[in-house]
Amino acid sequence: MARAVTPQRKAINTIAAWIIGLLIFFPILWTILTSFKTEAAAVAFPPQFLNFDWTFENYTTVQERSSYFRHFWNSVVISLGSTVIGLIIAVPAAWAMAFVPGKQTKNVLMWMLSTKMLPPVGVLIPIYLLFRQFGLLDTRTGLVIVLTLMNLPIIVWMLYTYFREIPVDILEAARMDGASLRKEIIYILTPMAVPGIASTLLLNVILSWNEAFWTLNLTAAKAAPLTAFIASYSSPEGLFYAKLSAASTMAIAPILILGWFSQKQLVRGLTFGAVK
Amino acid sequence: MTSMTRALLGATALCAIGATAASAQTLTIATVNNGDMIRMQGLTDDFTSEHPDIQLEWVTLEENVLRQRVTTDIATNGGQYDVITIGNYEVPIWANQQWLAPLEDMPEDYDADDLLPAIAGGLSVDGTLYAAPFYGESAMVMYRTDLAEEAGIDMPDQPTWTDVMAAAEAFNDPDNGTYGICLRGKAGWGENMAFITAMSNSYGARWFDMDWQPQFDSPEWTATLSDYLNMMENYGPPGAANNGFNENLALFQQGRCGIWIDATVAASFVTDPDESTVADNVGFAQFPNKDGVDNHGNWLWSWNLAIPSSSGNVEAAKQFVAWATSKGYTDLVAAEEGWRAAPPGTRTSLYENAEYQDAAPFAAMTLESIDAVDTNAPSVQEIPYTGAQFVSIPEFQGIGTAVGQAFSAALAGQMDAEAALSQAQQITTQEMTASGYIE
Repeated sequence: MARAVTPQRKAINTIAAWIIGLLIFFPILWTILTSFKTEAAAVAFPPQFLNFDWTFENYTTVQERSSYFRHFWNSVVISLGSTVIGLIIAVPAAWAMAFVPGKQTKNVLMWMLSTKMLPPVGVLIPIYLLFRQFGLLDTRTGLVIVLTLMNLPIIVWMLYTYFREIPVDILEAARMDGASLRKEIIYILTPMAVPGIASTLLLNVILSWNEAFWTLNLTAAKAAPLTAFIASYSSPEGLFYAKLSAASTMAIAPILILGWFSQKQLVRGLTFGAVK
Repeated sequence: MTSMTRALLGATALCAIGATAASAQTLTIATVNNGDMIRMQGLTDDFTSEHPDIQLEWVTLEENVLRQRVTTDIATNGGQYDVITIGNYEVPIWANQQWLAPLEDMPEDYDADDLLPAIAGGLSVDGTLYAAPFYGESAMVMYRTDLAEEAGIDMPDQPTWTDVMAAAEAFNDPDNGTYGICLRGKAGWGENMAFITAMSNSYGARWFDMDWQPQFDSPEWTATLSDYLNMMENYGPPGAANNGFNENLALFQQGRCGIWIDATVAASFVTDPDESTVADNVGFAQFPNKDGVDNHGNWLWSWNLAIPSSSGNVEAAKQFVAWATSKGYTDLVAAEEGWRAAPPGTRTSLYENAEYQDAAPFAAMTLESIDAVDTNAPSVQEIPYTGAQFVSIPEFQGIGTAVGQAFSAALAGQMDAEAALSQAQQITTQEMTASGYIE
């Protein structure tokens, strides 16, 4: 029997949730506030919360110094491209593993996940040499390929978890009605798995958008996305905190907005299968 | 007009456009994010108007990201960059690997003899220049003249550590938010180890003896680390183990440090009235030495422009490097933004310029500090390496950072000086053995 939730308990839970939420959000809020300060106010002690002279100067400077839209467009192409290609590969793979499992399916899944356990720097030089050989350095194509491969295990795992929840009887019924494999995947499986595919897509766009190791190491000027844009404002010798905060705010704004509007799907995707 | 004719005309036009684009060379320049470099990016119209056939593309990155990025590219012969910004730590190592194009045949008016000898020496291998200095720095003492006056302290131009400790004690007033001394504590070969290595030089210590045996078990290192920890514990700000250049700069600018010993380039920041609340009350002195040891720390760093051998545009890159590190560029900065903004620490002529001396009150001490450095003899003891606040071997980045972590932990109170030195000795011995320097 479910435990009754008293109004007091509900209030405590709500307050606790707000406190935790605000604590998690505070670094982002502080970054946004700092982006409106002068460099001197950004490092002032005691820290100034709202009582400072607000300025848009950092945003103007950042836009004058760097091409935000070029970096933004590179981020869009790289994150969407790698996610879409990843889905195209992962949907049939996850279908096969979920509905036609073999003896080694579990091992294959574990092996795919194990590739995520290797620190990326361990394969930096071989991949860099391959990219140089194929002329992929500082190209969006190269980054799409590497990010697709990097996120593929996560995409396959998420879709596999989703597909396992779909009753196999429905697919069998479609087969008995004469549906081919292609029709079964496109017209029966995919529509039923749309929420799962959508949350997988969103999560991978976010992961690709924020990826900072490969995007910094394999690009120079042409294909550099917003991670490189942020990195250009960090400095160990000289105070650039306000400008760095403005660059960070500009870089995370699109993905924050996307996350805000799609939070329902994201939460559903991330908690799917957790409660049965 | 037939469709065939139209197609042929279109193709011809495209070829013409392509040919025009192909005749222009594009230089990809990798650089660090600091005020001088950003200023240069803003002034490049001067270069491109003189060289309309050369276009410039900038890749600006944080120092450590840049180092990793450029090292990967040059070590794999990637050819991504035509001009790279590297420190004087990398130049001799990379030149010996033949990764850098020699800067021979520079234009006649370049005047390489005008480069400060201490700086140029660190960028040359067998007498050939492999990188051109864009700006250079040593380290010096910056202190609050108002606090010194109040306390009746007269800081000598060439102080000893005894003088500095006495002043730090006198300036220390934590109840009113002022700490006696601020020094680097954040772990890293270019962070706390830059300072502590320079300090150890001034105490007569050395990293290695002539057989490459680590020397952290020597009395000189014990004295260095003990004095550093005592100063920071008694007169330093709280949480100093997390403080690097920027954190100390912010503290000093807000009047919360009596003394700050760090890179000479900081002088222009702390005397800038727009950023610093103590701009009118800053005095300068040379990096201290220990009583009886004739050595002022030997800290020398320069950011330099070099051309990777893998670049396909070496000649055009050379023209850019010559422009950016020339006397003409310094004059251009002075004309556009005033003499105070001129990139410091590279050319003798800058320090002979009366206008620069008037605009930059720290100029004389900066030059004196740089001139005092001998990268071939950073310690008073015999050593098998070159370098000032670093050891010029490829393994130093890893070893320096690991030792820096031990010293930072000691500053945070997680271990004492003896334990930190013992750990440093063990780590360094292990790495030097693995690298084949010692058996």
